Amino acid sequence: MEKMCKEELKQLIRSTNFAVIELGLYLNTHPTCACALAKYHNLKNTLKEAVDVYERQYGPLTIYGVKCEEEWTWVNEPWPWQEGGNC
Amino acid sequence: MWTYNKMLEFPVKIKTTNPKLAMAIMSQLGGPDGEKGASTRYLSQRYAMKDKRVIATLTDIGTEELNHEEMVATIITQLTKNLTIGEIENSGFYQYYVDHTIGIWPQAASGMPFSTATIQSTGDPIADLHEDLAAEQKARLTYDNILRLCKDEPDVYEAIKFLRAREMVHYQRFGESLRLVQEGLDARNFYAFNPSFDKKAPCLD
Repeated sequence: MEKMCKEELKQLIRSTNFAVIELGLYLNTHPTCACALAKYHNLKNTLKEAVDVYERQYGPLTIYGVKCEEEWTWVNEPWPWQEGGNC
Repeated sequence: MWTYNKMLEFPVKIKTTNPKLAMAIMSQLGGPDGEKGASTRYLSQRYAMKDKRVIATLTDIGTEELNHEEMVATIITQLTKNLTIGEIENSGFYQYYVDHTIGIWPQAASGMPFSTATIQSTGDPIADLHEDLAAEQKARLTYDNILRLCKDEPDVYEAIKFLRAREMVHYQRFGESLRLVQEGLDARNFYAFNPSFDKKAPCLD
């Protein structure tokens, strides 16, 4: 993951995040499905790692992800609707 | 409590402006079956729901709809970027521009402002879940209507197709939620009482 470029990391985060949301919706109405639960835990860990790598290199994705101690980087990266944003 | 995620659920990168199409797509932000109505409906209905699994479903789908609002607003913003006065004058964007320039204001394609008059939160789980099933179908058909209007705009088409697919998944989950609520009731007559209000409801014992 450390060697991935920004676009690759974004794509990994977006697709993994989507899968976690989708599994969560499924598990809400099928809470005893062991197969979906195992996939959820697996992908949740991948997502956590990918977000951490991304935030250390390119800036925070949530307000909890500000890594820099010298500067408030939450306001630096473009917003999703802007050019170059995480869309 | 909610936390903002600085990322869309599906990428929106539109290169060509198209104010006429922006006016049509605006209905999925503030129209009668749009995303703002969807999030308001589901997040409001949660409080009268008793089944924890169904509360989770309303919370998570309501939250996803907030992201869909942002996706639709992003599509409109990008479709109206760098518009010239000439383009505004020669498109259906003319009336909207007078009051909102190229800012985002939730309204239907017809110009009707966003209103909770088009949604319901009845305090009755079975009535609300039927409302939600209908809402997902109405949003799906609105996206179908929009897809017919943007066949020549691949960047818009793909994002709308994604949003349409989500309506189908939400419909499925609300169907399962309705089944879960009904399984907790007296199967001889689901509709004899409001399980969130009437004392004889078994789920309140």
